[in-house]
Amino acid sequence: MAYSVIDTGQSRSFPAAHALMQGATHALTQGVAAAGDVVVVIGADVARGLASIKDRERKTAIVLELGTECLGVHTGESRGSEGSNVLGFARFRLGAAEPTKLVELVKQPNTAPAALAAAKKVFEDAGLAVAVCNDFPGRIVDRLIRPYLNAALRRLDEGLASADDMDTTLKLGLGYPEGPIALLERTGLAAHFDVSQALYEALGDAAYAPARRARVAKERAKRA
Amino acid sequence: MAGIRTVGVAGCGTMGAGIAIVAARAGFRTLVYDTRAAALEQARKQSEAFFAKSVERGKLKAEQVTAILSNLTSTTRIEDFKACDIVIEAVFEDLKVKHALFAKLNGICPPQTLFASNTSTISITEIAGGSGRDDRFVGMHFCLPAQLMKLVEMSPGLNTSEASFQAAWDFCKALGQTPVKTRDNPGFILNYFLIPFNNDAIRLVESGVAEPAEIDKAIKGAMGYAMGPFELLDLVGMDTQLLLCEAMHGLTHEPHAACPPLVKRMIAAGHLGKKSGRGFHVYKDSKMFGA
Repeated sequence: MAYSVIDTGQSRSFPAAHALMQGATHALTQGVAAAGDVVVVIGADVARGLASIKDRERKTAIVLELGTECLGVHTGESRGSEGSNVLGFARFRLGAAEPTKLVELVKQPNTAPAALAAAKKVFEDAGLAVAVCNDFPGRIVDRLIRPYLNAALRRLDEGLASADDMDTTLKLGLGYPEGPIALLERTGLAAHFDVSQALYEALGDAAYAPARRARVAKERAKRA
Repeated sequence: MAGIRTVGVAGCGTMGAGIAIVAARAGFRTLVYDTRAAALEQARKQSEAFFAKSVERGKLKAEQVTAILSNLTSTTRIEDFKACDIVIEAVFEDLKVKHALFAKLNGICPPQTLFASNTSTISITEIAGGSGRDDRFVGMHFCLPAQLMKLVEMSPGLNTSEASFQAAWDFCKALGQTPVKTRDNPGFILNYFLIPFNNDAIRLVESGVAEPAEIDKAIKGAMGYAMGPFELLDLVGMDTQLLLCEAMHGLTHEPHAACPPLVKRMIAAGHLGKKSGRGFHVYKDSKMFGA
């Protein structure tokens, strides 16, 4: 499938060379008309990338990299009937760790089925696993794991168990490859604070309020 | 563990039968008690089948199995626990039932016998409070299936003596298990995290964030988990998830521990999980894990 990639710079999903860029018919920078049926816009300024695409409605799909924002921020919303050939995506990544193979592909209530299928195929052909979700804060993974990680930090403070015993329990009991405390140490507590705080503001659920240890790490990162 | 030679297991449901296998396999004389003779007989057959499989897989030799099975006996008479150095309780998750059992055992077992509970949700201190020997009482929560899972969450109650906890800890290691110490807290570590996590996944479906299969795919792909939350919930069963939620939420009142309404609707519709052929996923067979 012919597709283009518009790179607006500082992509969290694709910080380094990847098969997605290598397989593109055209790798473009912003301000240049995109060719092909599907246009993937990556980087920190996808709004500008989207604005640069001519004849948008003639594309099968336009896929925008999302941060913590909803796709509706870029497309607008209308009475629950929004949806077009524009989708969102994020390749899941925990803090400073390398991006995973998982792409969360975001649709709206009336997203064109052909646009969804084409976008999914572009990512899958690049060796990525795609999970489709609707347009909600945190999508799937952040929505599920941030309360779990906050709870682990809180329970560590409360003395439920040692960090090692908590990690061992989750690894041996549930087959997780890594316990929550080791995972946060590896990927960064300050980065967890950023995502968790954004979700707390979006959802208003106390389970997303960053735990004390994440707040401390964020404060220390600011002072460094 | 020099002081413990004979192990009593009270209750021969899935957990009790598994714990008995672990104890007998580790070389302890193991006595399983249940009021239901048919349940004891069924557990005996399951144990024999498990050990036969272990021989087939080369994990045990036939002569070892003969010795293990000679260590493993059962009884419908609770008085037979008088010879036990430790009794591990694995009966229904009901405080009154557990208190009644331990009160009887306290009159039967010698003073030095340690009492342990395999509860997954009820406070160890509360159970110990009705045992007559709360200083010699510990929590030993094995994971399902006990005969395959190494983890044991071990909790002291408020009045558990250090010597009793240490003796139970050493015994756990002698079983070949991996103990972790946790405070006496509803759900200990595992269920404290797992029950809300699974409920949150169900609420994502309720609120239209994504379909179960997509959520499973996302969690496995992003976190490297062997199973997605809905694959696990289908194995656990909606009826069990409801019981776990009721126990946890009843004790903690934490909103994320409350059972999502969808679970109750699925139970009403007969969508219990793998065992009924349909839960969040649809199954062609209903074989249980390891069968």
